[in-house]
This record gives sequence, C-alpha cells and structure tokens, in this order.
Amino acid sequence: MEIHTLHEFMLHTKNITYLLMGATLVGFVCYWLFLTGRDKKIRKY
Amino acid sequence: MHDANTKSGLFTPGNIITGIILAVGAVITFIRFTQGIGAVTNLSDNNPWGIWIGFDLLCGVALAAGGYVTSASCYLFGMKRYHSAVRPAITTAFLGYFFVVVALHYDLGHPLRLPYPLVYSQGTTSLLFEVGLCVATYLSVLFVEWSPAALEWLGLRKIRNVVVKLTIMLTIFGVVLSTLHQSSLGALFLIAPGKLHPLWYSSFLPVFFFISSMVAGLSMVIFEGTLAHAGLHHKMDETHLKEAEGVIFGFGKAASFVLAGYFFIKTMDIAMDNDWTYLGTGYGAWFLVEMFGFVALPSFLYALGVREKNVTLVRIASINAVLGIVLNRFNVSLIAFNWNLPAADRYFPHWMEIGVSVFIVTLIITVYRFIATRMPVLYEHPDYKDAH
Amino acid sequence: MNRRRFLTLLGTAGVSTAMSAVGAKKAVAAGNQSFKGYKDSYGVLHDTTRCIGCRKCEQGCNEVNKLPAPKVKFDDLTVLEKSRRTDSNNWTVVNKYNVAGLDHPVFRKQQCNHCLEPACASACFVKAFTKNPDGSVTYDGSLCVGCRYCMVACPFNVPAFQYDEPFDPLIQKCTMCHPRIQEGKLPGCVEACPKEALTFGKREDLVRIAHDRIRSNPGRYQDHVYGEHEMGGTAWMYLAGVPFEAVGQQEMGTKSAPEYTAGALGSVPMVVGIWPVLLTGAYAISKRKEKVAAEEREEAVQAALAKARDDAAKALDTALAKAAKEKDAAVTREVKKAMEQAEQAFEEKFAALRAEGQSAENGDDGEGKEDA
Repeated sequence: MEIHTLHEFMLHTKNITYLLMGATLVGFVCYWLFLTGRDKKIRKY
Repeated sequence: MHDANTKSGLFTPGNIITGIILAVGAVITFIRFTQGIGAVTNLSDNNPWGIWIGFDLLCGVALAAGGYVTSASCYLFGMKRYHSAVRPAITTAFLGYFFVVVALHYDLGHPLRLPYPLVYSQGTTSLLFEVGLCVATYLSVLFVEWSPAALEWLGLRKIRNVVVKLTIMLTIFGVVLSTLHQSSLGALFLIAPGKLHPLWYSSFLPVFFFISSMVAGLSMVIFEGTLAHAGLHHKMDETHLKEAEGVIFGFGKAASFVLAGYFFIKTMDIAMDNDWTYLGTGYGAWFLVEMFGFVALPSFLYALGVREKNVTLVRIASINAVLGIVLNRFNVSLIAFNWNLPAADRYFPHWMEIGVSVFIVTLIITVYRFIATRMPVLYEHPDYKDAH
Repeated sequence: MNRRRFLTLLGTAGVSTAMSAVGAKKAVAAGNQSFKGYKDSYGVLHDTTRCIGCRKCEQGCNEVNKLPAPKVKFDDLTVLEKSRRTDSNNWTVVNKYNVAGLDHPVFRKQQCNHCLEPACASACFVKAFTKNPDGSVTYDGSLCVGCRYCMVACPFNVPAFQYDEPFDPLIQKCTMCHPRIQEGKLPGCVEACPKEALTFGKREDLVRIAHDRIRSNPGRYQDHVYGEHEMGGTAWMYLAGVPFEAVGQQEMGTKSAPEYTAGALGSVPMVVGIWPVLLTGAYAISKRKEKVAAEEREEAVQAALAKARDDAAKALDTALAKAAKEKDAAVTREVKKAMEQAEQAFEEKFAALRAEGQSAENGDDGEGKEDA
C-alpha cells in the first residue's frame, strides 16, 4: 500500500505510535521493578 | 454525626431545590432522547458545539484536575501534609470525569457508539481520539484510585490493601494521562485557525490548557473545601480539619505562581503571533478582561491571602480563578469561536441546554454528598488509620 | 531470570511488530517527504464569472442524491436574496453577492470542496471520512458517533448535521457524486449546469485550464485560483472576477489541516516517554529525602540516647565518688571519734595510773610519752 496523503501517513504513524505508547507505559513499570529489584526494602518509619 | 441529617428530614429547602432540578432534568433527558438534539438545543450547522461541550466537557474536565494535582503533590512530590486533601480531590475528580462522560451522551448523535473510537475504528489522527482514549483510561485509573474509600466502607480489606500498593503507579499514570488529555482539549481547536479569534488561537493552545488545568485543579480543591466545610463539617476528622488550613495556603501559593506563569506565556504568545493590534478591538477588550480580571487578579488575590494568612481572601481568589477557567473555556469554544460569522449565525444556549448542565452539576453534588456522608473520604477510617 | 526472559520477549515482540508494520508500507519518512495526493484524481472548476445563479445545480444535486423535496421550488430565485449555507437537505447552495462597483451580482456555488488533505477526515476519531483515489471525500455513517468535530474542523463550514433526527442523526455533505464517478458519469450539479460554469476533470488539468483562462483573459479574472493551494489544496477550485473575499471566500493559509495538528499529536508520545521518567524521578527524590530525614532523625535519636547514657554514667560516677567521699569522711570521723575516745580513755587510764604512780612515787615517764 502506497501512501498518498499526509493524512494517510499520519494515520499510519499514529496507529503504531499509540501501540508503542501502551507498551511504553507497561514497559516502564516492568523496567522499574527490574531496576529496583535488588534494592533493600525501604523501611516504613 | 448522623443525627444532623436525619433530624431535619427530607424536605429541607436544599433537598427541595435538588428535587426540582432533578425532575426538570429528567424531563429534558426524555425529550432529548426521543425528539433529538435539535429539540432541546440551539445548536446549528455553523455552531455544532454548544455549552454541552464548552461547559460540561471542557470545564468539567479542567475543574476535575484537582485529582491529579493533589495526588501528585502528595505522593510524588512528597508533600505529605496534603494527604487529607487527596481523597476528597480524587472523589470529586472521579465523579467529575464520570459525569463528563454521562453528559457527553446528551451531545453525541449516536451515544451508544461512544466506544467505537476505542474498539472499532480508531481515528488516530484526531485530537478527539486522544482525548477519548485518555479520558476513558483516566476514568478507570481514577476509579481504582478512589476505590479504597468504597472498599473500606464495604470492609473488603484484602482488595483494598492490594489497591493501596498501586498508589504510586496509578498516580504517575494519572499525571501522564491528565497532561495528555487536558492539553489535547486545547489542541482540539488547533485544526480551526480560521474560526477561532487570533487572540485565543495559538499553536500553544495545548500548553495553555494544560497549565490552566493546574490552576483549575488547585483552585477547585480550595473551593470544594470551602463548600464541604459549609455542608459536611461534621464528617471531617481532626487530621482533615488540622491540615485544611495548610492545604488552603499551600495550594493558594502554588495557584498564584502558576497563574503568574500562565499570564506571562499568554502575553508572550500575543507577541509571537503579533496580535497586538487586536487588543484595540472589542474582542481585545474582552481578552484583556480575561487576562487581568481572571488571571492576574486571582493570582494577586491568592498572593495577598497567602501573605496575610487570610483564609477568606484565598477562598475568594479560588472562586475568581475557577470563574476564570470557565471564562477561558467559554471564550475558546463559544465566544471567540466563529467570531467572524454575522451575529445572526452566532450561538446562544437554549434554556434546556443550560437545564441539562445544571442537572449534571446537581447530580455530581448529590452523589458526592452520598459518598462523603457514608464513605471515609473526609476522615480516615478508624480501622485503616496507620495504613496510609 | 524469569523477569529477564519476560523483558527479552517483550522487546522482541515489540520490535518485530513495529518492523513488520513499518515494512508493510514502504519506508516513508516525514522529514523530507511531501505527499502529492492521488495522481489523476478528479475535481471541478467553478468559474463564477459564468454563473447566472439559476439553481439548476442545486436541483441536479437534489435529484441524483434523492434528497428530500425542497420547501421552496428550485426555480424560485428569491431564496438567493438571503445568504445560505449547506445543510442536511441541501448539499450544495448558490449564493448571490452584490459587489461594490459592479453593475451585476456575482453568484457562487458552495459545496464540499473535497480537500486534498481533508480537515474532516483528520478530525474524525472513527475514520468515518475517506479521501478516495478519485478525489472525492466520502462519509460512512455506520461509523459515525455524532460528535460533530468534523463540522468544527471544516474550514469551509460544509458538513451539516441532522439535528432533528432523534435516533440516527448523521452528517450530510456533498460526495462529489462518488458513486456516479465510479460509473463514469458526471456529478449531478456539473451535468445540470447550463452555462458551463462547472468543469469536471482531472485536477491537474483543471489547474492548467484555470491558469489558461486567467492568462488569456486577464481583465475578466483575478489572478488567483481559489483552492489551488488553500488548506493544502482542494479538488473544487474557483475563478472569480472580484476578490474572493467579496464572494464569501475567506483568505486561508496554504497549510493543510493535518499540519496544524501534527505538532500536538507528535508531542503525545514524547509526554508518554518522558513524563513517567520525570515523575518517577520526583517520587524517588522525595522518597530519598524522606529516607535521609528518617535516618537523620534516627541518628539524632541515637546521639541523644548516647548522650543521655553518657550523662547518666557520669552522674552515677559522680554520685558514687561523692558517696565514696562521704563514706571516707564518715570513716575518718568514726576513726577520729574512736581515737578521741580511745585517747580519752587512755588519758583517763593514764591519769588514773599516774595518780596511782604518784601515790607509788613513779610518774614522769608516762606523761612524757603521751605528749610525743
């Protein structure tokens, strides 16, 4: 499929971007847990 | 505690007015959904959006910003002394968004197709898609954020503890989603440069909407606090009452400074677009009224109130600021929109449109009262005191 | 280990989906790419200098699209006295403009301009609008949610809404007779025009024709083809003998609708990517501050405790020392007392002995010994 209009181009790129955004939010959580996985538990004072 | 409510019975003046509004609202609702949008509105082909969008959606979402502002300052920026303000703010935000979605059903031609953009046909090039996606997601986030109040009330300790563990993540999601949809509401008008007056049109509309949503959030927390103190004082615990003053001054100070920043960026935008000459016109005068009477003035009143430690003054400033947000949203979506159409083609709301908006606001207040008199919102549940 | 595997999987899945999605549409990048629209798409050139305001085009439109019969018949030209716009029953309207300094009125037809980059399509959040390869912009009512954002977005105020339809209100607008074009027929209005004020053809040809007319008859035309570049270009274009503002066509930028929203849309993923980082940072900083404060508090408590312990020990020592001292003093006192008593007793004894010795005449030694 060839892209003819800017509108089509935006539709195509935003479709992918929105999927990536969802993955990003989930990815952040996972990565943060990985990043802090070996930290000592913060004591609750 | 409970006696105060039951003693006076159901037929208090407040309840009677509420009852009348709800009855009228029900009638208009019936007409709207049996006769069509045209039967109850002054909307036209030139003015497709009226106060159901300008007030119910734009103002509703902006004024519900207290949720993300308060939870972010408490949980993310470590201002623990605002903790007692979080639950009421989350509760109003949740109700605000919920009823924004309810109100939207009146405005949509095909209300039952509301989930279409999310699940059926995604028009991702639309800013409205962005708004829809974020509002839907944020409504869910707010529901989860708010749910501990209901779960404590229902005594579901286990689920409640799981939800409380998610607080930080939900707060961050909440701020991200709020940033996006608050700004996207402004960005909705980017596509219509020819219709919105140049003083209000700016490529920075999304930034303006986002920054002013912070002001709206901060001011609404103060304003709602005022209302809640008047009506639900007996429901507040010692912590809430003790922290209330700190919240008022802290939020007032923040709102004052954010308003100052907002004033400056709005001014600089006039310079960047070279719109100075428009200031001499009628719309220019109206723009100056907004800028000085509803941006600069509340900022200054807040500052005075905070300096003088004057609670009343801060409360007055908060009302001024809230009206300023409403005015700004009206200007962008209605008053300065279609500014070059002849007067005969301009829009003025039908009384039934206003009726629906009043109906929705009344519903929010009624449900808030229901929640606040039953669930641990304005006080901490005795069984969960140390838990958060 | 599990987490790592999960992350790897996540990464691979993400990249492969993205790659296959990108690959499907030939590498196109926005940076240096411009989009020319569909080649050989159609359009209509409306020469307002030829239009006589007969409303035949309105009638033709009404008939081929099977729109409801009009309240006022199409041959009644009095409706031209009032400015009209397109609405749900009239997909095209002709307006009359009385231009200062001109002895005759100017007529201009209005309908959907079928933008090359339609604002309505860009604004629609359910993709109900489509820019077709034949140049037309069509609407699929089965998707429409009825939000009317397309009406807000349209710079030409074209889409209309069925406000009085309670259960299935839809957007109504000119389709450029897309179904007829597919059949090889002319749009209804073009076919109905008796004065050749409307010319249907390939858009590229129409642009050429328009400029040819201006060139060959410069006195008759403004040197401007309205729609050639307006809002990124439209399929319907206009020629006029008077400035376009005089026939109700506002000056419009050449930027297309998606260009106005591209910036805002583009910042959305940036917010999603950066906000969580900044906010988690803010959280971590405040948490860290809290931790440090707690540790400092702890240290302060420890220090205070140590000091207290120290002080207590010192006090004990002092007390002990004092007690010891007191004890010593008491002992001394007792000893002294005892000694005094002993001395006294001794002296008494001595005196007694002396007295006895004196009586026995043997006393000097004892007294001398005692003095030393």
